[in-house]
Amino acid sequence: MRRLKVARNIWLGIENLLLHKLRTFLTMLGVVFGVGSVVAMLSVGEGASKEALQQIDKIGIRNIIISSIKSVEEESQSTTRSYMSIYGLTYDDRLRIEETFSHVLQAVPVKLIRKSARLAERNLELRVVGTTPSWFELLKREMVAGRELLEIDSKNRSGIVVLTEFGARRLLATENTIGQRVRVGGSYYEIVGIVKSEGGMAGNIQMPDEQIDAYIPIEAAKERYGDITTRYTSGSRERELVELHQMIVEVDHMDNVESVAKGIEVMLKRFHKKVDYRISVPLALLRQAEATKRTFNVVLGSIACISLLVGGIGIMNIMLASVTERTREIGIRRAIGAKRRQITGQFLVETVVLSTAGGLIGIGLGLLIPWMITIFAGMPTVVTIKSVILSVGISISIGIVFGLYPAVRAANVDPIIALRHE
Amino acid sequence: MGVNEQSGTNGDLLIELEDVYKIYQMGQEQVKALAGVSVSFAAGSFWAIIGPSGSGKSTMLNILGCLDRVTSGRYTLENNDVSMMNDDAVSELRLRHLGFIFQSFNLIPQLTVQRNIELPLYYLGWDAEESAARAVELARRVGLEERLGHRPMELSGGQMQRVAIARALANDPRILLADEPTGNLDSATGQQILELLRELNEQGKTIIMVTHESDIARLANKRLHMRDGLIETVEED
Repeated sequence: MRRLKVARNIWLGIENLLLHKLRTFLTMLGVVFGVGSVVAMLSVGEGASKEALQQIDKIGIRNIIISSIKSVEEESQSTTRSYMSIYGLTYDDRLRIEETFSHVLQAVPVKLIRKSARLAERNLELRVVGTTPSWFELLKREMVAGRELLEIDSKNRSGIVVLTEFGARRLLATENTIGQRVRVGGSYYEIVGIVKSEGGMAGNIQMPDEQIDAYIPIEAAKERYGDITTRYTSGSRERELVELHQMIVEVDHMDNVESVAKGIEVMLKRFHKKVDYRISVPLALLRQAEATKRTFNVVLGSIACISLLVGGIGIMNIMLASVTERTREIGIRRAIGAKRRQITGQFLVETVVLSTAGGLIGIGLGLLIPWMITIFAGMPTVVTIKSVILSVGISISIGIVFGLYPAVRAANVDPIIALRHE
Repeated sequence: MGVNEQSGTNGDLLIELEDVYKIYQMGQEQVKALAGVSVSFAAGSFWAIIGPSGSGKSTMLNILGCLDRVTSGRYTLENNDVSMMNDDAVSELRLRHLGFIFQSFNLIPQLTVQRNIELPLYYLGWDAEESAARAVELARRVGLEERLGHRPMELSGGQMQRVAIARALANDPRILLADEPTGNLDSATGQQILELLRELNEQGKTIIMVTHESDIARLANKRLHMRDGLIETVEED
């Protein structure tokens, strides 16, 4: 007989709220905006962190990137004429890293050389990236056409090259790219593959490749260009001896990345007189992104909480007014035999229905706002089920917390006085 | 609900007040609204409580209706010692044993006639269909089956009081308490309402009606005259 009681009570609450549609709507607005801002805020935070995660994922979460840099002293000396600066990572560093750390799966060497490429009438400054086939495996680059570098290329020191999509377009601007021969700084290469361009930066770590790269086997790079590069700038000649410009170290598990990075730092410090290297850990960047997201959530969360609080107080205010307005009704119900807790329940159900309805509309708003943010501001947003469930929970709690006092007050109305109330 | 068996032998003695005092504290002064009242109301009787304003008749009705508590003394309703009960138990007592008819009808304005009549059934936990059937039956009994979907504001005074009576009958109580039931009605309509109460009494309901008009009181079988919180006289036909 009582199985539908809850549903019926909720329905009675809805009926009562519908008697004053405008008042109910206005009362709900506080919760609508509060919940809406919670959902929207969480979605923006989630979107930002997801984007950061994707960018970091491209560099590889288990990778450590070590780059050669010119130390400060070297920089000042290099102005001297015909001085050759020697700095950066060495082939030995690579072997040491691979052999010393058991958590290191491999260290992929990278030589970076600026060369101008020529194909028919077109000239293009590009960055020659001499590396091993593993490079493609580590950085998860998508192929547009042709193939990646292969082990056999390394072995043969083949004169082949993989271009980026962007570079290929600049250089060739035609189809049938694969198989064409391109001259890069005096040597000829056959184009075997086109890889998708990956633009720019992830956070503040520079991506290991740029827009216009030409990937060749590192053995070929060594053989054809050597380790010494010469640059002529405004009359002076700059000579540099750098064995490896970059190394991408793959670690077996995320948990070991930070300890291995520390170890590498200690090791390099011992073998390098000057700090001519820089260690970047994408994972650290992820941690940083997460910390930023947390801060973001706390700050925006408190603002959203304040608006929810204001919404809750609005509801409480209206419910207190409603209790006064309906004092006589309460008296009648009590005289008929309603218990105190039934009166409490009646008013509480009304408040919870009010705040939950507000919450549901708020979720709608919270879905709409991120959608508009994505369209108009171009920011990525992700609405998670978790945030929706959280919002429903919050709105029900608001109903209970702010409805309890008016409801208890209603229940404690003296029926005799209430019946005389005009 | 604690059932007191001590007066169980006296089955037709529904209501009993023993040396009941009701004292209000008004600032420094104590006002004795009831100053030691002892009376019993038997089942099936039609009582009128008469007295000028301030005589304690309203207080008496509030206590009989379990809306107010005695300061001292004992109040027994259908073998339940009301003075010893907590608020929930007293509410339950009102719900199951009493029906109220007020001077100002006290219908809930936003509810339809049907919903108003169903109200006690809602608290008794009846389901919707049963309640609706009962409401229709009661509306027919008071001659308002045509008005079930109307709201109280759309009815005349007499009709509103009929709805109130139907509501008072919904839980099928043995006792009906009426507080100046004709006070807000013209005399012709009032007469009809009194007639209805009489019928109900003939059908076995015990009715206790508060009034200040002796004409109306004459309709009852027994009349209890009150003055200054005390029972002055008890008349019986």
